[in-house]
Parts: sequence; C-alpha cells; structure tokens
Amino acid sequence: MNRAMNRTKRPTTSPTANRRLHRRAVSLAIVLLLAGLAKPAVAASADDFTAALAKAEAAEHDAAALKNQWTTTETELKAAQAAAKAGNYDDAVKYAQKAEALANASIAQAREQAANWTAAVIR
Amino acid sequence: MGRAVLLAVALLGLFAQPLFAADKIDPQADFKAFRDYFTKRFPKVPLNDFVNGPYSMDADLRKQWVEIDAFPPYQFALDKGKQMFETPFANGKTYADCFPNKGIGIRQNYPYFDTKSGEVVTLDVALNQCRQANGEAPYDYIKEDMAALTAYMAYTSRGKPFDIKIPDDPRALAAYRKGEEYFYTRRGQLNFSCASCHVQSAGDHIRTEVLAPALGLVAALPIYRSEWGGMGTTSRRLTSCNSQVRAVPLKPEDDLYRDVEYYLSYMSNGLPISGPGARP
Repeated sequence: MNRAMNRTKRPTTSPTANRRLHRRAVSLAIVLLLAGLAKPAVAASADDFTAALAKAEAAEHDAAALKNQWTTTETELKAAQAAAKAGNYDDAVKYAQKAEALANASIAQAREQAANWTAAVIR
Repeated sequence: MGRAVLLAVALLGLFAQPLFAADKIDPQADFKAFRDYFTKRFPKVPLNDFVNGPYSMDADLRKQWVEIDAFPPYQFALDKGKQMFETPFANGKTYADCFPNKGIGIRQNYPYFDTKSGEVVTLDVALNQCRQANGEAPYDYIKEDMAALTAYMAYTSRGKPFDIKIPDDPRALAAYRKGEEYFYTRRGQLNFSCASCHVQSAGDHIRTEVLAPALGLVAALPIYRSEWGGMGTTSRRLTSCNSQVRAVPLKPEDDLYRDVEYYLSYMSNGLPISGPGARP
C-alpha cells in the first residue's frame, strides 16, 4: 500500500525528467529536420527542362541580336538537349541554367562594351 | 559667387572636351595616332616591315621565315589562283572583265566603300559578285578556292601601298566607325578584343607565337598558316580569332567583318601589300 501510495505520490515528471524529455524532443526534431533536408530533391521533369531551356534560348537569342554569343553558351545548350534526349532531366536543367547564366553574362559584356569601348582606342 | 560659377563651368568644359573629341569620327586623326603608337613603341622596326607581322618583332622567327620563304608554302595556292583567274567562266568571260586594270595590281584598293549599295566591298566579296554576275556559284569565303584567287591577286599587288579611301558619305564614316568599334570591343568568354592581342600585346608571346602588330596586319592576307596546314582567307582569320576567345564567329563576310577590314586597311594606308603571307 505504501509502495502503491508512494507510486501515486511520486511526481510523474520531475524537473530533471522534464529537461531530459525536452532535450530528447529537440534532438528528435533536429534528426527529423536533418532527415528532411537530406532527402533527395524531387527529380526534374521534362516540363522543368522545357522551361529552363526556353529561358536559356531567349537569353541566347538576345545575345545573338547583339552579335555577342559565347561558344561556351552553345556548348551548354547542346549538353542540355543531349541530356534531355537521354532522359536525364536533372542534368538537362542544370546545363540549361548554366547556358542561361552564360548568355546573360555575354549580354552584360556587350552592353558594357558598347558604352566603354572608346576607352581602349589609341589617341 | 559669380566668379565661382564661371570657374566651375570652365572646368566642366575642360573635362567635357576630350569626351566630345573621342566621339567625333576623324579617320585622319585616328590614322596618325595609330601609326605614332606603333612607330614609337617599336622604334627599331622600319615602317614598311610592320606588314611582316611577327617576323618584324622577333629576330629568330624572322630567320626561320627567310628559310621557309625559299620554298613558300603558299606557292601551290598561288599557282592554282593564277589558273583559276585566267580560266574563262561558262559564258566565256573572266575575272579580268569585272575589275579595273583587268584585276592585276589592284589588291591595295580593297576594301572600298560602295556608294551605290552603301556597303563595304572586300576583294573576296567583289570576286563572288563577279562570279554571280557571270552565272557562276559563289565560292565559300573560308575555303581554299577563295584563298587561292585572292592570293594570286595579292601577289600581283606586292609592294604597292594600301590606298583605302573613305568617301565623303556619312554611311562610309559609319562603316569605318563600326569597324573601329568592332576592333576595340571585348568579346567572348575570355573577354578579349582584337586590340587586346594586336595593340596592347603586340610583339608579346602567346605560348610559342608572337603576336603581330595591328599596323600592317591585313597586308599579308591571305595567309598560309602552319597551324591550319593550309591557306586562309581574311574571313578564316577573323572567325578563328573569335573562336579562340570563345566568341561565336559571325557569318563570313558579315558586315562587321567587312567594316573591321575597312578600318584596319585604312590604318595601314601607305604600307605595302605583302600577301600572300606565311605564318606559324
């Protein structure tokens, strides 16, 4: 009886246990969070590739209008199309995004040079 | 207060003036500055020797060239070009019928600005115009047939000074200006302009090669390049330069290529034609 009374009297959560529980909960949350982050990204789809390619090609079209395309942009565009043809949309999107970045850099170069080329002229 | 404002305006005017001067299209002033730059930078190089490109900059390279030139690598192209030039078209006419002085000794006058079309006409373009006017298919501007024909025509002009004219026509000045802009504009992922190599780095080594000065650069065209293992036209030279700096080349004989040839040829006025040339 005493033992039973003792059991009922015994606090179910002491401050120490509370802290321990809290620590475990936080640890679990961190583990779950990390697990969530570590989970592989959703694979790119054909639609993702089409969208990325359209953006890259639009930028390259603008670079062509400025007569300032880079060979490296063309290489990335070809790699993107080849990867997509092989069904590897993750790489296809990656290459298309790189092509877009290169095309944008060539556009920026053309605009900067259009304003500043005279600085290099022999006077 | 009034004097301070006056002083400020005067100072502004002082700084603004060079900007206006830089924007004014003045081919004669450009020509003088261009020539002065190279002759002062390379005082030991005789003026007419600039047309020999890297050989005017490097004594060892020059010795090799002298040896090579005993049996010039462009000789086959030269012979082929002469034969092509003299062979009548299907209609019985020849190239000689299309050009002043029957096409002999005229290379130094190209490119010229055609006031009818409003465009720069290079020798290569004029040759294709001649072919098409006589019912023949045009030649590829990169390949060896065009290089052979222009090699022969250049050979008949050897030693004749460049005589490029800019007519009193705003379109001609605009073409000259576009050519100048193309020459000095950085392009490609490597961010190089024509001037990066042929002005700022002229005479320097790029790996084993010596960079030719821009002064006289076009006088040796077309050229046999050991690197190519064959002849190359002006278009081939320009497109390969573009590729080397990771820029997508323009169409051969694109208006910008013609304009830059016009600009560079004008800058070489008075210097002798030395083409066809041989380069490493």
